[in-house]
Amino acid sequence: MNLKERVKDILGDDLLVMAEFRGDLCIEVPSKRLTQVLARLKEEGGFDFLSDIIGIDNIDLYVKKAKKGKKEADEKEDVVDIGPPPPRFEVIYLLLSLSTNERLQVKVSVPEDNLELPSITSIWRAANWPEREVYDMFGIRFKGHPNLRRLLMWDEFQDHPLRKDYPLEGKGEERHLDYDVA
Amino acid sequence: MKFQAIQGEGWLLTKAEQLINWGRSRSPWPFPYGTACCGIELMCALASSYDMARFGAERVAFTPRQCDVLIEAGTITKKMVPVLKRIYDQMAEPKWVIAVGACACTGGVFRTYSTHQGIGSIIPVDVYVPGCPPRPEGILYALLKLIDKIEADHPLYKQRPKIVEALEAGNEP
Repeated sequence: MNLKERVKDILGDDLLVMAEFRGDLCIEVPSKRLTQVLARLKEEGGFDFLSDIIGIDNIDLYVKKAKKGKKEADEKEDVVDIGPPPPRFEVIYLLLSLSTNERLQVKVSVPEDNLELPSITSIWRAANWPEREVYDMFGIRFKGHPNLRRLLMWDEFQDHPLRKDYPLEGKGEERHLDYDVA
Repeated sequence: MKFQAIQGEGWLLTKAEQLINWGRSRSPWPFPYGTACCGIELMCALASSYDMARFGAERVAFTPRQCDVLIEAGTITKKMVPVLKRIYDQMAEPKWVIAVGACACTGGVFRTYSTHQGIGSIIPVDVYVPGCPPRPEGILYALLKLIDKIEADHPLYKQRPKIVEALEAGNEP
């Protein structure tokens, strides 16, 4: 049984979308069932290694799509439906099976009005720092995380710099120089 | 050091400032603050092929208390700024700073939210070394420039007001 069939078999109804790109398999699952899905993939699918957790901000994609749709509408002099905006954020879990050397990308959508996902530190302890990084860069909170503080930026930093609406050169944040010289 | 030998043996005549400068310029112990790829070039400059020890940078001090030259080689992130400032403040006088590489000088290509745009705004820098990263020769040249600067210094003259004040008050300077 190849990887696709195995994943289908394990997940059943929890599998929303499955796509393959240049040999990399990517699946989308509902965020409510995330913990169960990843636990099953670990126990039954043999994906015993969590490579990384990645956040994505889709806001630019939709803006581009809307522009393209407007141009098209102007040319046709008709209304073009570009569909509803997708959930703003996505989080991707990169899994690896050390025994079979297979990789799997598990994607969940995170809408802007509910920036919360369950923490998977109980499944892979390696998720601790990647989740902190995603929280730092995108502001997505992981419920049940043992220590959800910023990882890269300093603690007093207010924004989430990898969001597409955050300017590249920042908003002039500086770290305070309060410390004891001794 | 300019000096004059008197009566054949045992006596040298020179100026106190020159003697102090001679001592300082011949032993600028570096504190290696390597934060990025420039740090690798600094290691190379310190190692045997280029051998920075030839110019008196003999002992790399890994404590700010026992060093003279802070060689800041690499990017300074905004998160790192208090650390750098603190290390500089912990160094004992006299102290000098060499900023190695584009990032340390100006922030380099990283004109972003996370990178501090040049360490000159945090601590006083004596020698800037351009390059991304500069070659070890560049770092050696900076050290030679710094030695020139130390030799041209007037350490006692700077303290003259203090000494005069002490003498006028009848204390030992």
